[in-house]
Amino acid sequence: MNYGVVSQEQLEKIDEILTEKLIKIGVDCVIIIDMAGNIITAKDNGTSKYDVYSFAALAAGNFATVDAMAKLVGEEEFSLLFHKGTDCNIHFSKIDDELLLISMFGKDISLGFLRLNVVETIEQIKKLWARD
Amino acid sequence: MSFINLKEKIVQIKIVYYGPGRGGKTTNLEYINRKFNKQIQSEMVSLKTHGDRTLFFDFLPFDMGKIKGYEMKIQLYTVPGQVKYNATRKLVLKGVDGIVFVADAQEQMREKNIRSLNQLYENLKSYKQSIFNIPLVLQYNKVDLRNQGIPILPTSVLEKDLNSKLKVPSFEASALTGYHVPETLKKIISSTVVSIQKKLL
Repeated sequence: MNYGVVSQEQLEKIDEILTEKLIKIGVDCVIIIDMAGNIITAKDNGTSKYDVYSFAALAAGNFATVDAMAKLVGEEEFSLLFHKGTDCNIHFSKIDDELLLISMFGKDISLGFLRLNVVETIEQIKKLWARD
Repeated sequence: MSFINLKEKIVQIKIVYYGPGRGGKTTNLEYINRKFNKQIQSEMVSLKTHGDRTLFFDFLPFDMGKIKGYEMKIQLYTVPGQVKYNATRKLVLKGVDGIVFVADAQEQMREKNIRSLNQLYENLKSYKQSIFNIPLVLQYNKVDLRNQGIPILPTSVLEKDLNSKLKVPSFEASALTGYHVPETLKKIISSTVVSIQKKLL
């Protein structure tokens, strides 16, 4: 994986996967970030507008904190995180040691359905990088 | 590590303000936030304790315009300065591209500055980065206190303490009044951009 610079082609394919697997099932916004808080790519459904840059910084911090907590209880990692709200929920899932997939979604999607799609999305993204 | 999006032509650069507790790192960012509000599209994020001290980090995204067709998005972070929060400091340093070390020029802070800079060296080492290679600017903050009769270290002493081996650009500053705050920022941005260009070419 050519991390640091991702080719235009790779990004386009990732965006396609995100749109197909997550935006189409009703996820409001999907972001891929690295653990330093940089945004790799962000996709939304066109109606939701989030401040994705601040979000990425906070999410990277949040995940790092949870990682440190995992170590404290003797776990290698907590690979996913879920925050539940009244109207908006946030789901975080690790792609690999460097990357994180974040999905923001409303009341219309069940968590189980989202998780299934997140797993498939991550598999497809990993395959894409393995190939390149 | 900076992230470059070739599709949308965006470069994201992470700059961290590092230094001892109560040294003025957050004040630097607050000044930048007020002064350059046209270039800042979103709110400054601050994770603070009730006593107003930085608990995790402050975050300020800063748009610098375009260089060679690439939009430069500068992400400014601070770390919590208090000694006990080193684990957090290390987390914030992950993937850093450039560092401003904010030293407190008060005489009584002499030791703390040195200790903090040494820890920065160690923390960078744990990410396999060297303090001698990373873009770095020193800022000797609080020189305005001299006018109030508070003992301030002469710049020559600060230079000898902190910059004798590093030999990086340094500024006397007052984060509260903004004296040399933009100069510090400009210097670190230009050094960081140059270093990223070198890495890419």
